[in-house]
Amino acid sequence: MIPITLPRTVLIAVGLAAALFPLIGATFYIQLGAKIMIMAIFALSLDLLVGHTGLVSLGHAAYFGVAAYALALISPKYEAANLWLTLPAAMVVAALTALIIGFFVVRTAGVYFIMVTLAFAQMLYSVFHDTKLGGGSDGIYIYVRPELIIAGFKPLDLENPVQFYYFTLILLVFVYAFLHRVLHAPFGRALAGIRLNEQRMRSIGFSVFAYKLGAFVLAGVLAGLAGYLAACQFGFVNPDILAWQQSGLVLMMVILGGMGRLHGAVLGAFSYVLLQEIFSAPALLGAYAKHWQLGMGGLIVMIVLVFPHGIGGFLDIALRRISYRRPSGARTDGT
Amino acid sequence: MKLNHNINRRKFLTATALLGGSALLPKPFAFVQAQKVRVGMMLPYTGTYAQLGTAITNGFKLAIAERGGKLGGRELEYFTVDDEAEPAKAPENTNKLVQRDKVDVLVGTVHSGVQMGMVKIAKENNTLMIIPNAGLDAATGALCSPNIFRTSFSNWQPSYPMGKVLADRGIRNVVSLAWKYGAGEEAVAGFTEGFIKAGGKSVRGLWIPFPNVEFQALLTEIASIKPDAVFVFFAGGGAAKFIKDYAAAGLRKNIPLFGSGFLTDGVLDATEEAAQGLETTLHYADGLNTKRDRDFRSAYYKAYTFAPDVYAVQGYDAGLLLATGLDAVKGDISKRKEIIAAMEKAKIDSPRGAWTMSKVHNPIQDIYLRKVIARENKFVSVAHKALADPARGCKM
Amino acid sequence: MFYLIQLLNAVQYGLLLFLLASGLTLIFGIMGVINLAHGSFYMIGAYLAYWFAKLTGSLWLAIPIGIVIAFAIGLLLETAIFSRLYKRDHLYQVLLTFGLILIFEELRSILFGDEVHGVAIPALLDYSIPLTDTLSYPVYRLFITAVCLAVAGLLYFVIHKTRIGMMIRAGTSNREMAASLGVNIPLLFALVFAVGMCLAAFAGAIAAPISSVFPGMGNQILIICFVVVVIGGIGSINGAMIASLAIGFADTVGKVIAAEYSAIAVYLVMALILLWRPQGIANKA
Repeated sequence: MIPITLPRTVLIAVGLAAALFPLIGATFYIQLGAKIMIMAIFALSLDLLVGHTGLVSLGHAAYFGVAAYALALISPKYEAANLWLTLPAAMVVAALTALIIGFFVVRTAGVYFIMVTLAFAQMLYSVFHDTKLGGGSDGIYIYVRPELIIAGFKPLDLENPVQFYYFTLILLVFVYAFLHRVLHAPFGRALAGIRLNEQRMRSIGFSVFAYKLGAFVLAGVLAGLAGYLAACQFGFVNPDILAWQQSGLVLMMVILGGMGRLHGAVLGAFSYVLLQEIFSAPALLGAYAKHWQLGMGGLIVMIVLVFPHGIGGFLDIALRRISYRRPSGARTDGT
Repeated sequence: MKLNHNINRRKFLTATALLGGSALLPKPFAFVQAQKVRVGMMLPYTGTYAQLGTAITNGFKLAIAERGGKLGGRELEYFTVDDEAEPAKAPENTNKLVQRDKVDVLVGTVHSGVQMGMVKIAKENNTLMIIPNAGLDAATGALCSPNIFRTSFSNWQPSYPMGKVLADRGIRNVVSLAWKYGAGEEAVAGFTEGFIKAGGKSVRGLWIPFPNVEFQALLTEIASIKPDAVFVFFAGGGAAKFIKDYAAAGLRKNIPLFGSGFLTDGVLDATEEAAQGLETTLHYADGLNTKRDRDFRSAYYKAYTFAPDVYAVQGYDAGLLLATGLDAVKGDISKRKEIIAAMEKAKIDSPRGAWTMSKVHNPIQDIYLRKVIARENKFVSVAHKALADPARGCKM
Repeated sequence: MFYLIQLLNAVQYGLLLFLLASGLTLIFGIMGVINLAHGSFYMIGAYLAYWFAKLTGSLWLAIPIGIVIAFAIGLLLETAIFSRLYKRDHLYQVLLTFGLILIFEELRSILFGDEVHGVAIPALLDYSIPLTDTLSYPVYRLFITAVCLAVAGLLYFVIHKTRIGMMIRAGTSNREMAASLGVNIPLLFALVFAVGMCLAAFAGAIAAPISSVFPGMGNQILIICFVVVVIGGIGSINGAMIASLAIGFADTVGKVIAAEYSAIAVYLVMALILLWRPQGIANKA
């Protein structure tokens, strides 16, 4: 099954708009834009797992958080860490964590997979919350952002919000393009096959376990990249970034934007952060702004009940790439 | 298909233009309101510290109202954020006030973990900040900064004198219990330092995660250890529950309970009988009986129909401090150096007693020993006169 | 002596947990629905108890009123929303119930505010029994233990000795077969869901005096609930009892002995059970 993609012209238009945005936006909105892009990378990583491979993980925030904590723990207290060292290190930590956890969880399926990914994520949460490894519930601060130095020359100063924005944008484009290639490559096709009918794939001769583990680790690494950037942006890590609420949140973004589509994950992150800002702006909603989660929760309930294809699905219908289907979705895991 | 592409390109460009346009909006507004001083209040209005956030806000606004609503000739405009006592959201929330609302002064907060986030953003953006409660030692210690002031206490301050009080009574072995986060750990450390220095023998530390209030297992443990006394740090809703649970477990009879004043401030309505006779140390007390305090109390009660507590006083003093700064420059908020100089030299005529700023911008103040009688924390004696925080690690 | 008292603490906590987890395991086992909003039901029960206790001045009145309201809300939720989830993927169940959590939290904030509230222990039970020369035990906690045991006994009786219980057990092992044998599945499901919600609300209501009523109280207890259900076996009341007591014990002892590692250990056990005996302790493979 060919993954649903956007026409190239649309992608270029969006990319251009994103690149030009810092020229007209205020600093606060540039920072918001960077946050959206970081969340988009996170959502893309989960979409690979949930939307394309059919593995519903309720503990994906674990890899996001582990990489963020890696940066916080490796960084010297009041100086800048070296990006060339810390970014790969954080991603390796995320990869190893995903590999170890994945080795155990990928054997399970269906509801058990959901529960066991949750269990491992909560275990990691407890490690950082209760033990002396992290800063406990108060978290750890990173006082200076990592530096990007090539042969003594500093092409990008990450402390500058605009440059951080561009750095994040470049990484997002890279991740998007990378996943696009992966999904159209044999590996991605195999994942799609596994999602549709695992038994058949196994009977054809695919090592389903290896493919699933591969997807799990890849998703973990990309989540780690997002986690690293998130830690950079606000210079703070705290056990809540590993909690099940965070895992639920990114799952929500994936569905909001439309599962199984790369542009859906980006749209989901964008819509969620934007909606959060809109729903919580006192300027627009006055006293009810503080209850923004009501609107958000209601939206999710609506989407699940009425339109599970999400906003991306809506877009695809407008583009006439899929036809409208009411949710029927019989469960495929035999429970 | 061509038609659809055009529609989509247009859709995206329109959306982006709208977003960009909305980003431009704040600027013209900022110009119109240039006359008012923008004050960002970041405090907890949800959860176990909600009452404290409200009391601080009330105190602050009372101080401003008493001056006719104008400081240095200019009115104030408030921007409020509920930090929910959650450190995870602290940098983002502070950033909203600093970057989006472009406040001139930050006032906040209660929870020490959240304060860390505010300190970081305030230092990065060189925003003037007044801390009306959070006792995070580092805020006027390792992380001190010229633009950060505090009108409350450092976590070490109110607990340190209690150590000597207990040691002087012949108490040698103590069990301490507190929430396991920055404020709890620093309070217990301050108490332990004072206690050991004055001749105490041992302090065994028990901890409970913040903001957990299931104390039963730990109360049983305390009973089995049988120390001479128990020292605790809790505040807000959790403090009320602890006092009740401790009494219900019958421990008050044989193992005396002590704490820093946060245990009993603002909770006496909820605890009724259980809190009677509890002794605590704090930089404020009921029954100080100075004219200044009496005037403040009647004004506060008239405005809010609640008796004030230490949190209200701290918020009030934050207002007084800001007034001192702005009066000195006649409202010109851009004259940062002069404002800081004025605030450093300020002698705050506070309801708790007059106090001055230490070199690291923390109050040098008297710590009182108080006892709970009826619904009040009655002043007993001065536990330590003009106590200054040692400000370890501050390079100012 | 103190070990015995700690055991008592552990049993009391475990039984309360059982009350909550039993509802979750029924909903999970019979309807196959992952209900993340179960913690919110607990919170609803607590807040209803707080509210009506304040209104009527008596917790004894507040609890039955709260249960009736919870039952009504449960029926409404089931027919309007949850019934659409039975045939859907677990993913959508997770998401929808996640959205429900957000909605319930905000409704709570709008209706009851954001402060922490205490609920008074009923005067009849508001005293302590001295157990040692230093320590007394609050009678209300003993009362909770007794009530939970009674409810557990009632549940056991209903599930194992009545017709409805038989239908429930049939529905747990094979829904389609039970339906084709004439069991009115939609009605059964609606009842089971409402009862599950009532159990959670009841747990929240009787626990309110000892745990206080505060924002986020549902989220804290939800994950532990899932741990209990998984370890005990999805759909098994017996398993829920065994697991609740085990977790209660681990939590109480852990708090005192090794506070840093007790939570990690609990989740590790959950993970191990899922990997090596996913059906849980009490279920057959």
